Amino acid sequence: MNPIRKKRLYLIGMMVAGIGVAAWLALNAFDENLMFFFSPSEIAEGKAPTGHPFRVGGLVSNNSVNRRSDGLTTAFDVTDNAETVTVEYTGILPDLFREGQGIVALGQLNESGIFVASEVLAKHDENYMPPEVADSLKTAHDEGVSEMQQVSVQ
Amino acid sequence: MIPEIGHYALILALSLAIIQAIIPLAGSYTNTHSWMALSRPLVWGQLLFLTLSTIVLANAFLANDFSVIYVAQHGNTKLPDLYKISAVWGAHEGSLLLWAFLLAAWSAAIALFSRNLPLPVVARVLSVMGMISIGFLLFLLLTSNPFDRTFPVPFEGRELNPMLQDPGLAIHPPLLYMGYVGFSVAFAFSIAALLGGKLDASWARWSRPWTTVAWVFLTVGIALGSWWAYYELGWGGWWFWDPVENASLMPWLVGTALMHSLAVTEKRGAFKSWTVLLALFAFSLSLLGTFLVRSGVLTSVHSFASDPERGVFILIFLLVAIGGSLMLYAWRAPYISGGGRFDLISRETFLLGNNLLLSVLAGLILLGTLAPLIYDAMEWGKISVGFPWFNKMFVLLTPFLALLIGVGSISRWKHTDAAFLVKQLRVAFVVSLAFGLLTLLPLFSDGNLMVGLGMGLAMWVVTSHLVNVKERLKHKAGFNGFLRDLSGGGRSYYGMILAHMGVAMFIVGVTMVSNYGIEQDIRMSPGDTANIAGYDFKFEGVSEFPGPNYNAHRGRFLISKDGEQIAILLPEKRTYFVQTRPMTEAGIDWGLTRDLYVSLGESLGGGDWSMRLYYKPYIRWIWIASIFMGLGGLLAITDRRYRTARKRASSTSTLTAGSSTPAAAESHS
Repeated sequence: MNPIRKKRLYLIGMMVAGIGVAAWLALNAFDENLMFFFSPSEIAEGKAPTGHPFRVGGLVSNNSVNRRSDGLTTAFDVTDNAETVTVEYTGILPDLFREGQGIVALGQLNESGIFVASEVLAKHDENYMPPEVADSLKTAHDEGVSEMQQVSVQ
Repeated sequence: MIPEIGHYALILALSLAIIQAIIPLAGSYTNTHSWMALSRPLVWGQLLFLTLSTIVLANAFLANDFSVIYVAQHGNTKLPDLYKISAVWGAHEGSLLLWAFLLAAWSAAIALFSRNLPLPVVARVLSVMGMISIGFLLFLLLTSNPFDRTFPVPFEGRELNPMLQDPGLAIHPPLLYMGYVGFSVAFAFSIAALLGGKLDASWARWSRPWTTVAWVFLTVGIALGSWWAYYELGWGGWWFWDPVENASLMPWLVGTALMHSLAVTEKRGAFKSWTVLLALFAFSLSLLGTFLVRSGVLTSVHSFASDPERGVFILIFLLVAIGGSLMLYAWRAPYISGGGRFDLISRETFLLGNNLLLSVLAGLILLGTLAPLIYDAMEWGKISVGFPWFNKMFVLLTPFLALLIGVGSISRWKHTDAAFLVKQLRVAFVVSLAFGLLTLLPLFSDGNLMVGLGMGLAMWVVTSHLVNVKERLKHKAGFNGFLRDLSGGGRSYYGMILAHMGVAMFIVGVTMVSNYGIEQDIRMSPGDTANIAGYDFKFEGVSEFPGPNYNAHRGRFLISKDGEQIAILLPEKRTYFVQTRPMTEAGIDWGLTRDLYVSLGESLGGGDWSMRLYYKPYIRWIWIASIFMGLGGLLAITDRRYRTARKRASSTSTLTAGSSTPAAAESHS
């Protein structure tokens, strides 16, 4: 092999090896850091993992927000109008957090079925509904409608 | 009546853009001088009409013309004038108008500063700019007309999102868009070169200053956005790996790679195909970014007013722009000649490494940003990619970039002796290693390896460049020599040094704030004192305070250290009259070595409030770094070479593809 080819081969070899290692590390870490989204209905069906973080979203139920005595921990219900899950969060809630508002919470389920959130997100735009929340509300609504239709057919 | 004038002006601009996209290009093939010469007047016409359009929209805001839907949605009689004007680009329709206006402005800049370019090149470049303009003007007119009317006319406007009522908004989007749109110039130059089959050193020399200017705007724009989010969102964070941020970072990374690759193409004639590809990608990513954000397909905390129904148009536009340019590339690239040869240890190799790392980073961000869309489309579930993943990827790859900076900038083109590199850099290496190890001592970080790594790398960037400057000035007779160098052809060199010092500052800022930043959520009663990082935060209570278009609860904090008062912070919780929503205004005492940051949470009754206190060491360095990078870029484009080169270029423009002489500009750096 002539020396120029050899050098070029080294260079390409190094590049391919470098990118390969980077890609391998990236994809490996990627799977660990994926956060899946579950609606309250899916949690009720037992689809959500325990002991692994995920996201839950829905509307904050009316009259469900209550503050623990330390003043920093808040518990509230999140609903997709079919099922509800109780979320507990310690810290300062976003400005737009309020009852009836769509939110997304990050965290994990504890043994008693309470979702302990490490982060609560509410959108800055008051008309905004996180797409996942909009979807899960729609699914719950559609299922409700089709159940009612089945009832009326019977 | 006046808003209709704005609307007609848009239509006229579109008509001119269509002519501009076709006639000069056709003229460049048929060698019809008059057709090619049309390109400049057409650009002026477009700029005129789009300026008119923008002024009309601004006027509608100032005149409170709520019959225009866009104004009714985002304007208000009580809005201060500054925000009435910045409301022009505060939401979807107006920001697209700004895009189109800036595109016309960049085109006009090309028309103005291309007197020394051969006419066929100017004609082709401006035709490509016209094509991009057609896409944006069609998008505006068909789906997002800012001049649409409404009836009955509302008495009052719904006001600009309070989040956006801030001086930061007045300048952040225009700067960012200047960067996005600016990459269209490098894109247009590349397409024109592919069309003409003439990819030589002079092509790279023309593209370089344009790319650098766009990059400077993007750099400062992103930093400004980061700073704005930091003080305005009230979370004390400077980067969230949010899709909107990623959308601006991807073109920045590829643009940075492009700048360095253009250097190789200009000086050595190498990497031509790669440079063209980067130019295509930098602009494609700008387009993708703009549209991802605007279409609302991705969830973001920063995107305002988005509409998924525009998705179809966007998809078609992206397919035509990106697909078309890549097809042209696939067709023409095989005819691009190879460049000058280089050895394994040479500046070319190190710059190639820089390019690869930057591209891989951009690719990873693209993966992380688009993964939720892909998973959703494949019905694998609804996911989001965690913040930690992006951080991990960056911490994994950027140290190599920092190492390469030092080696690459001191090595020579074509061939460098390993012995020379070792001799030059051994002192810098030992000093950096020692400094990194020193920071591991209990006194500083107590064995935090991340701190050692970051500080060592920052020191490496600084010391290796010091050696570099010393080496350059060795034969230049002291300080006078330096001044002569700076007034002559050395500016691009010193620009590089300055920008790379920015990199070192950035590393310091990120390392310090990530490892030593403190955040505390706490409940406080009036009179309480909290202590963070040696600072006492004494809460004196909250009082009501009226603003022009909002009511505020204003907290008062006395900050002291060792019993000595150093600042009074007045964080606010505002409720805006029109949109009736609360807004957190943080209280910040800033300093070069640390920020103290307080934001109010909620009233817990009895005068108690929940609040969040932060200690943010060296966070300012992150943004100051961007100023260094920007100044470096500006210094580089004033280099004499570009002026003299332009004169020379006009005489050598008859060179055919690949026959350039890379040695021409060799002596400069």
